[in-house]
Amino acid sequence: MKKVLRWIDQRFPLTSFIKHELTEYPTPRNLSYWWNFGSLAGIVLMIQIVSGIFLAMHYKADATLAFDSVEHIMRNVNYGWLIRYLHSTGATAFFVVIYIHMLRTLYYGSYRSPREIMWWTGQGLLVLLMATAFMGYLLPWGQMSYWGAQVITSLFGAMPFFGDELVTWLRGDFIVGDATLTRFFALHYLLPFIIVAAVFIHLVALHSVKSSNPSGINLADKDNIPFHPYFTVKDLFGLCIFLVIFSYFVFYKPNLFIMAENYVPANPMQTPAHIVPEWYFLPFYAILRSVPDLLGGVIAMGLSVMIFAAMPFLDRSKIPGGSRYRPFHRFMFYAFVIDIMVLAYVGAAAPEGFVIPLGQIATFFYFASFAILPFASKIEEKWLIKRGLPAEVEAMMQSEEAQKADRRQRKQDRRKTKRKDQ
Amino acid sequence: MADEKKKPIKTKNPKDPQRRDFLTLATGVVASTGAVAATWPFISSMNPSTDVLANATSEASLKGIRAGEVKTIEWQGKPIFIFHRQEKQIATMEGRGEGFDPENDSDRVKRPDWLVVVGICTHLGCVPLRKKEVWFCPCHGSVYDNSGRVLVGPAPRNLDIPDYKFIDPDTIVIGKEQV
Repeated sequence: MKKVLRWIDQRFPLTSFIKHELTEYPTPRNLSYWWNFGSLAGIVLMIQIVSGIFLAMHYKADATLAFDSVEHIMRNVNYGWLIRYLHSTGATAFFVVIYIHMLRTLYYGSYRSPREIMWWTGQGLLVLLMATAFMGYLLPWGQMSYWGAQVITSLFGAMPFFGDELVTWLRGDFIVGDATLTRFFALHYLLPFIIVAAVFIHLVALHSVKSSNPSGINLADKDNIPFHPYFTVKDLFGLCIFLVIFSYFVFYKPNLFIMAENYVPANPMQTPAHIVPEWYFLPFYAILRSVPDLLGGVIAMGLSVMIFAAMPFLDRSKIPGGSRYRPFHRFMFYAFVIDIMVLAYVGAAAPEGFVIPLGQIATFFYFASFAILPFASKIEEKWLIKRGLPAEVEAMMQSEEAQKADRRQRKQDRRKTKRKDQ
Repeated sequence: MADEKKKPIKTKNPKDPQRRDFLTLATGVVASTGAVAATWPFISSMNPSTDVLANATSEASLKGIRAGEVKTIEWQGKPIFIFHRQEKQIATMEGRGEGFDPENDSDRVKRPDWLVVVGICTHLGCVPLRKKEVWFCPCHGSVYDNSGRVLVGPAPRNLDIPDYKFIDPDTIVIGKEQV
């Protein structure tokens, strides 16, 4: 064994790679369980890819066969029901895990310097995940699948000048049809592998800037501990808890996340009386509906997903970290979470009565919380400094100031020497 | 010595473009044009195929649709509402309508007793349901009158009128030949 390892190490940096990136990888010792969700997301991705590949062995991407082939998987294929429920419940689990992962980042300010690239690759991953989930949802070819795809592809019709042509191009037909189904299947199979590649970029960035931690303060070397065994164990324990909950839904409540209407085959001639997207799209769907203008609604919905990318710019406070030392940041975080839940409720309800103004208020608040952040973070910073900060935070800010001043000085020096040369 | 030799290559006088710059630019332009052009077959392959286009027209018989009744037929896979309007329904629809996309009822029909519209909500593509004297979209609550004109949003415009013609008093052909 050792001989084989030595043979490999002379040709490929296997041992040093594992040491550097896994076993001896320095990790802050104060990470809480909120830091488990990154690795959990990776596991769920694997569950989805494996179950998806086995489903694809029995599934038929053809408008006349698709619905029946899913029923065939459920009834005839050995353990087909299990693989299918793993995959459908896995989609929900994926979004639960990713949303918690994002909320943790927002709460603890992990998106802040130097982790902007992590946050942006994460944003890209979110968009990829949403696209994959949306396309996968068409494949069972039930009524909800069909009309969900019809509505979402219609959104592109809001594009000025060539909206209609764009929609026809996306669908490959004048309505969502066989051409749409086969291309969605092709892309639904492709995108997860692109996600895997993007996850690696996310991880390369992580291993360059290292994990953030609940205190929000960059820890000294002595506060880091090796990833193995401390965090392999912690991640595995979290994984066990996750799998218990996940299995409960797979085995006892698998249809909680599949709408009854989706057991009716797609019918292009009749829209179901009340169409609702999957729960993970509800807040964004509510924003789409709350803007009275079609193009405006589409733009607002797109913006509501992409606006997270601006967080590193919007948060202008000099106080390090997230909510730990910033009471107003913490307040805004909880208000934002409640607002998202209100939007989800609005997205699920029929658009009548008080739901409409409620959706508009919640939409306004959603964007307002991003809009006031630059000012709120600055005001909060001044107030906190006036009130006095913990010594460790102050020391941290001073060292950061010193570093900045040092960089400025060096830049000036370089400029001076350049001028002399000329 | 070395510095003197290097200098003429480095200068970028716009009146005397270096041949190397030109070649680099030309290669870049040709290569990127080629790369863009090569994507065209793939992009085009995603458009409706010829067999989909061949279904461009549908023939519909108007026989058996009683006054006040709506029949839904399929054209290019889309639902088409053929509405046999009663005298009083025609009378109330005259003029430009009460909605926010005013249009003369007479511009929306070939014969006043037959309204032919694409049964797809102009908002996000759901099929409106017939409710009493209006069409109601179950997805986002748009309402259309008996001329297919939008009364209540969020739909941005009236229901579309397909290309159709009467080939005899009881038969219409919907759509234009596209291939």
